[in-house]
Amino acid sequence: MGPQHPSTHGVLRVKLKLDGERVIGSECIIGYLHRGVEKIAESRTYQQFAPYVDRMDYVAAVSNGLGYCEAIEKLLVVEAPPRARVIRTILTELQRIASHLLWLGTHGLDIGALTPLFYCMREREEILKIFEKYCGARLTTHAFRIGGLQYEAYDTLEKDVERFCKDFESRIVEYESLLTQNRIWVGRTKGVGVLTAEDAIAFGVTGPVLRASGVKWDIRKAAPYAAYDQYKFEIPTGTTGDTYDRYLVRMEEMRQSRLICLQAIENIPAGPILAKVGKVLKPPPGEVYHAIEAPKGELGYYVVSDGTVQPYRVRIRPPSFINLQAFDRMVRGHLVADVVAIIGTIDIVLGEVDR
Amino acid sequence: MADEPKEQKPSPVPAGDKPASSPSPASTPAAKPADSAAPAAPPKAAAPPAPKPPVVLQTPLNNELVTRLRAKFGGAIVEAMEDRKQAILTVECSRLAEVALHLRDEEKFDMLSDLTAVDWPKREKRFDVILNLYSFAKNERLRIKAHAADGEKVPSLVNVWVAANWLEREVFDMFGIVFSGHRDLKRILLPDEWQGYPLRKDYDILQQDTAWVKANLGIESGQ
Repeated sequence: MGPQHPSTHGVLRVKLKLDGERVIGSECIIGYLHRGVEKIAESRTYQQFAPYVDRMDYVAAVSNGLGYCEAIEKLLVVEAPPRARVIRTILTELQRIASHLLWLGTHGLDIGALTPLFYCMREREEILKIFEKYCGARLTTHAFRIGGLQYEAYDTLEKDVERFCKDFESRIVEYESLLTQNRIWVGRTKGVGVLTAEDAIAFGVTGPVLRASGVKWDIRKAAPYAAYDQYKFEIPTGTTGDTYDRYLVRMEEMRQSRLICLQAIENIPAGPILAKVGKVLKPPPGEVYHAIEAPKGELGYYVVSDGTVQPYRVRIRPPSFINLQAFDRMVRGHLVADVVAIIGTIDIVLGEVDR
Repeated sequence: MADEPKEQKPSPVPAGDKPASSPSPASTPAAKPADSAAPAAPPKAAAPPAPKPPVVLQTPLNNELVTRLRAKFGGAIVEAMEDRKQAILTVECSRLAEVALHLRDEEKFDMLSDLTAVDWPKREKRFDVILNLYSFAKNERLRIKAHAADGEKVPSLVNVWVAANWLEREVFDMFGIVFSGHRDLKRILLPDEWQGYPLRKDYDILQQDTAWVKANLGIESGQ
């Protein structure tokens, strides 16, 4: 199957071993989008590399940028000012909603629910408009800078976010009315691609997939970054770890993200948006690992500095790559038609798998 | 906020480097200074432009976990340090799997979050194989390092954490480090027939396997 198959969300090739219609083994062939991002990092300065990370998980560029900027800040031992951190949180949570919306639309499309895609795109458009107003770009935003923000929030940011959040409450109900009780949807997702908590941990699976297996773990709570320690939100979990549970978990996550945005816009502290980091960044020698909860899971940056202006090594821990490894475990014993449901439910972005 | 006091007094960084390599009780003192000194002389970094934290970034680590591990594995724990408050243990390469299994079962580091490598070509043992472990029970991270020479086999961790499978394949693909005991060690991101290991420092950024590109893509260069 693949590499050019509409359900693979990019260029993923899956070799399937079949017994009739039943899958008895699988192998993922990846690397079609490999661009050598980690190698490129070694010949760019710290700032020059920042836009490259947007091109990994290109449907959640803001989250990638946040992880990278915070990792370098840790390496420099500086902290972004409070105002920058709150604005970062707002944009990153909007990005999570946008990423989940795209997942919901395409995942639905894969298993025959055509309608949600159009609604999801409609709401995602509103979020992209906010990004465009903020930094001029919609997809590969490069919204943040090392040390804080490059741009001050535009005048109506709070209003735009508030309006979106107000509308979005009823929109989630709309999606759920299309899917949650839909007999075909339930039939196609319940009991499909079950991943137990033990397996999920052994495979290093993170993000909504891990939580749907019943592990209540979210880096925003476990090791808060940006401004997450100031806001109240729940970590939704599932019980069985099947495709239906992962659907429910992501739906609830969108609700929680909406609540975080609403809390954050209420009180955006005044003050500077960029810490004093200087034009030339030379982090003291050493190394740091910093992970954030990206929409797909744990996105980690392991950066080694040798004291020069270029990173000695940047290792990106991609959630999609590591989650995809559990695919074989999830797909065995299911029908060929379920394969597309399981690829969809892991929510991979091949730009990030292949880097 | 927190950055203000730090940037006022730029102070030389190397002071923080030295103590890090002293505390280990046994073996290979030669390998350790190389860790930070291999690429460039650190004092250069203390030039004026960037804000310099006066704090010592690398400190020796001596907590209960390290004591327990030293008691059990002795000289296999080569070094224990903290860099920017993150715990790093250097473990003798040949006993890596044994230590890993112990960490998983006895110390509750149940998730292998990441496995990667760093190349220090000037060092005698040029590679650092790096594990990033996470413990759900303790909400703690731990980084394990093992030095490996070019061609030296590193014990595979697939039997400890399944997650190591693809991660070790990626390290093999990019650095050419061979993991003994890995049943399916082949390239993962690059084509199987590709020659060379791109993330090694002696592999130039513009370098590519021209023969492969010509034969398979029918073009002169992939750049």
